[in-house]
Amino acid sequence: MPSAPLLLSQAFNGLALGTLLALVASGLTIILGTLGVLNFAHGALFMLGAYAMYVVTAQTGSFFLGILVGAAFMLVVGVVLERGLIRLFYGRPHEDQILVTFGAGIVIVEGVRALFGANTQSVPTPSWGQGIVQLGFLFYPTYRLELIGIVAALLFVLYLILYRTSIGLVVRAGIEDARMVGILGINVRRSFLLVFALGVVAAGVSGMLYAPIVSVEPDMGSSFLVEAFVVIVIGGLGSYPGAVVGGLIAGEIISITSAFNSAYSEVMLYAVMALLLVLRPQGLFGSEGRV
Amino acid sequence: MAARVRGTLWPELAVVAVLLVAPFVLLPLGFSYDLLQRILDWGLIGLGFDLLFGATGLLSFGQAAFYGTGGFVAAYLLVGHVIANVWLALVLGTIAAGLVGLVVGWLAVRRIGIYFTMITLAFGEMAYFLENSPLSHYTGGENGLPGVPVPSLGGMPISAGLPMYWLLAVLFFAGFVLARRILHSPFGAVLRAIKGNTTRTGMTGHSVPAYKLAVFVIAALYAGLAGGLLGVLQSYMPPDAFALDTSGQLVVQTVIGGVGTLVGPLVGATLWLWLRDNLQQVPHVGALWKLILGLIFVLLVVVLKRGIAGEIRWAFTRRRLAAAEAGVPEETGDAAVMPPTAPALPLSAPLVVARTDAPALRAIGVSKFYGGLHAVENVSFEVRTGSIHAVIGPNGAGKSTLFKMLKDEIAPTAGEVLLFGRRITGLGPTRTAQLGIGKSNQLNQLFLDLTVTENLRIAALARARGTFRADLWRAADSLPAVERQVAAAMETVGLIHRADVPVHVLPYGEKRRLEIGIALATGPNVLLLDEPLAGMSPAERVATRALVREIGRTRTLLIVEHDMDAIFELAERITVLYEGRLLADGTPDEIQGNQAVQDAYLGGLHEHEPA
Repeated sequence: MPSAPLLLSQAFNGLALGTLLALVASGLTIILGTLGVLNFAHGALFMLGAYAMYVVTAQTGSFFLGILVGAAFMLVVGVVLERGLIRLFYGRPHEDQILVTFGAGIVIVEGVRALFGANTQSVPTPSWGQGIVQLGFLFYPTYRLELIGIVAALLFVLYLILYRTSIGLVVRAGIEDARMVGILGINVRRSFLLVFALGVVAAGVSGMLYAPIVSVEPDMGSSFLVEAFVVIVIGGLGSYPGAVVGGLIAGEIISITSAFNSAYSEVMLYAVMALLLVLRPQGLFGSEGRV
Repeated sequence: MAARVRGTLWPELAVVAVLLVAPFVLLPLGFSYDLLQRILDWGLIGLGFDLLFGATGLLSFGQAAFYGTGGFVAAYLLVGHVIANVWLALVLGTIAAGLVGLVVGWLAVRRIGIYFTMITLAFGEMAYFLENSPLSHYTGGENGLPGVPVPSLGGMPISAGLPMYWLLAVLFFAGFVLARRILHSPFGAVLRAIKGNTTRTGMTGHSVPAYKLAVFVIAALYAGLAGGLLGVLQSYMPPDAFALDTSGQLVVQTVIGGVGTLVGPLVGATLWLWLRDNLQQVPHVGALWKLILGLIFVLLVVVLKRGIAGEIRWAFTRRRLAAAEAGVPEETGDAAVMPPTAPALPLSAPLVVARTDAPALRAIGVSKFYGGLHAVENVSFEVRTGSIHAVIGPNGAGKSTLFKMLKDEIAPTAGEVLLFGRRITGLGPTRTAQLGIGKSNQLNQLFLDLTVTENLRIAALARARGTFRADLWRAADSLPAVERQVAAAMETVGLIHRADVPVHVLPYGEKRRLEIGIALATGPNVLLLDEPLAGMSPAERVATRALVREIGRTRTLLIVEHDMDAIFELAERITVLYEGRLLADGTPDEIQGNQAVQDAYLGGLHEHEPA
């Protein structure tokens, strides 16, 4: 049995990982919920965000500028992807949608590899994130601590957009019944574009924020993609609150399990997902048959 | 008449020829023996995957789990000196993969679309991490298992190079022959039906989950054997056999090579591995091989959906298809209505021969509530055996909902339905079909990519074979009773001239008749027809009325229809629904004279008029 301080610090690690997974998964889930498309390119977009951050910080040295330029870049990527590719697949079977986003992911990853090579790149921690904080029960890197706050703030912003704006109302109504929203005379296709772009930006910004604490390389997104899938299955496909809660749960599963036996941390995550798919396929916050 | 299902051996001969000449033709083009063996290995796992995805439409992103299981079980047995016989180890690895497939499949096949793909992906990742850490004592973790021995034949070890190539070629060919037999067996016909229309497949009486699970296990067995061979051919079992990339690569290769062609994954693997090995040596573009593959892949998914082998097959079959489709009118024309007199029906006799005084179908207080909406409320009535019985009512009266409960497509909120005195509520549409309830739907539920013959055969196979049978080796058209049933149903609905036409090109009126034909081909004792005349031309209506009367001679018929002339001409008894409740039940004369019925049909008009 691991000691209490170890469990406490692992729980805190789980919180840090969980908020990030929540942000990645929230982009995935609003796209899935509104457009009905399971975006297999989401991990590649996460990686693309990290590379955008790498390029901007290497040129300017400014982390803040990296976020701004990077987010704008991801917005463009999202719009181009939706208009050029995803739009053609709304009427097609889920299998085709999965294949095309999977293919887009390959092209993005390999495009980045062709441009930047397969070597890992590093993004410096911003000046305000240097050092280590004494939390009482553990020492924690300042940037990681700040990251929890930043991601929480971003999740709150996303919540405001989805639940406190008229666009968000359309999006949430679209999740329930896109056809009905269209019948009511609202241009659903335009909000589809918006939602897809928003989801892409969420993935990209996650990558940007995560860039300083991991090695940036073309394949970095694939493990996040799969973990984000687990998150939205736990939370319920297409549910925003589900993605947030599911992200935190997934983060804690990985961290707490590794306090007991690190060999099983990932295995446990997938075992929980499998169990949930069998016992409660709609997830914690989803409703049956929505997607 | 319909062409024989398995009339040609050309694909087998072509595969043999390619396998024979490949080593001599391809070596100068930059293919090594090692490369050819790997291509065949990918082709082998691809045969199973194509049965799963290409034939049945189930997109798995977790085939690596079975590939890895087969590989590591075989490798561990050999490297750990548990057993010495390489052949036996390969067999045990394959079986182990099949068992894992049984467990994963049991959980996965209950879900469809996105859920199915995600479950397979999750188990694939779980297997990867299991191999990597908790089981690393057996699997070598990140190092894999080196030193896997090669098998021997007659005392001679099958060494690397050409002998190993022949081993893989023989196994691939055996796998191909088996896969093609499966595809063209009754079992395979059901798989294709599931891809075309899962709901209707279940409604005609095939157990969809059982077939999905069976094909899932078959795909896992193929993957397991290929995994074992991977360790053997390179004397080393690598951990990345379990990686998500392996599953992804299989998907990409299959789509590039051609989904549903069986050899597609092999063709895709040839392109993938050749590009990887040869483009890498070209300066400047070497690193781009996977980008090029990715672009080809996206292009194929967006525009050229057939893939390489699919395009080749299309080039061979398009003329035959065009000939079959020739003469199909764009719209329903009266020229192609069915024969004026429906022929006698040599359809299989009703399996349950009941006393004629017992009701064929009896609804006892059935209700269906959707939240506060009472679609059907406490409806009880009987359908006499051998009668033509009609259910009528204004739009929204609950007729279709009632029909669905009679076949147990949807579960009633309360009440029950008896078929010849036996409770069928709770059995589901597959079991009720097996017990003899056939149904044609208000909206067509057809297998659009299959021919008329194949559509009817799916239905006729159901009661002939039961909910599930793994008859992988016989030809789909080799059951004489089924073929007679198909021919009879086709003649009855007047579609003989369309036998080999893919259904999606049929005009609407003929599709409508096929909808009835499918229900008829199941050989039902009780046939439910939900608005059979909807959307038909006047001439077709007349012919279909004759058809319905003819069918009603040999079996119990329950019909929902808005065409009152037809109803009063055909029906012996009429049940009237109004706002979900039973309004009246009686002979056509009684119904005609019923004041409540007249009010229900006409009263709505008066209510809203100013007094």
